[in-house]
Amino acid sequence: MVQFSKVHLDSSFGALSDATRRGVLEQLGRADASITELAEKFHMTLTGMKKHVGVLEEAGLVTTEKVGRVRTCKLGPRRLEEETAWIERYRQLWDARFDELDRVVEELKRKEEIHGRNKE
Amino acid sequence: MDATKNEPTALKSGTTAQRKSEREFVVTRTINGPARLVFEAWTRPELFSRWWIPKGSGMSLLSCELDARVGGKYRLVIQFGDSKPMEFFGQYLEVTPPSRLVWTNEEANEPGAVTTATFEEKAGKTLVVVHDLYPSKEALDAAIASGATSGLPEQLQQLEDLLVSLGASAQPS
Repeated sequence: MVQFSKVHLDSSFGALSDATRRGVLEQLGRADASITELAEKFHMTLTGMKKHVGVLEEAGLVTTEKVGRVRTCKLGPRRLEEETAWIERYRQLWDARFDELDRVVEELKRKEEIHGRNKE
Repeated sequence: MDATKNEPTALKSGTTAQRKSEREFVVTRTINGPARLVFEAWTRPELFSRWWIPKGSGMSLLSCELDARVGGKYRLVIQFGDSKPMEFFGQYLEVTPPSRLVWTNEEANEPGAVTTATFEEKAGKTLVVVHDLYPSKEALDAAIASGATSGLPEQLQQLEDLLVSLGASAQPS
């Protein structure tokens, strides 16, 4: 089980509570981008975008890397946790699905047995 | 029981889910019954509609049409909570009773995953393997990302609930 510290939760909560930052995460989910590109995309000043990226970076949702004069943003280590969480949710859906399938198959089996006995 | 090699834990009876490669996602489970009954439950709409949307999942199946023949179409209408119902549809590429079904997933605008379900019977039980092959790494990444980030308002709500409960437990009154 993942143990979330309250600090971790607070920073995630803060980071996710803003529509622009959620948009930035979605955008980075599709492709890495520079701060300049993100600022243009979201019609913001460079300074404004830097601030948003900073908040996301602090929450571990985004990492940035400076190559030459360009700072590139990509999804951070929390991304891995998100993928793990997604896989677990997906597994749970299938698990519940298969439980129901098991019941349906069990019922078909019983019906066949009764049917088989009636035929003899 | 012949444990010949390192079988996946799936041969127990738990459900496993795993990203197998950049483009593949695999779910497995052993069902307690012969493959032909599993196949039947997978291809007859009146049976399929009893298990595809599990009770208590917050989803409901509004309609279910399956024409399980090669080239046949399927179409499911699923409602998540009170939201606008969504259609899931595609075509069967292979239908081989009782061991194999292959279908396309065409609801997304771009090329979707191709799903292969295989049913392998052993001593009256059936190992079900559901294999999704995405057209690209990006497509599978996007599927996961949309699951992870398009659910953000919901996650946010969960975070909020969690924070409230943490706050509540931190200050016993």
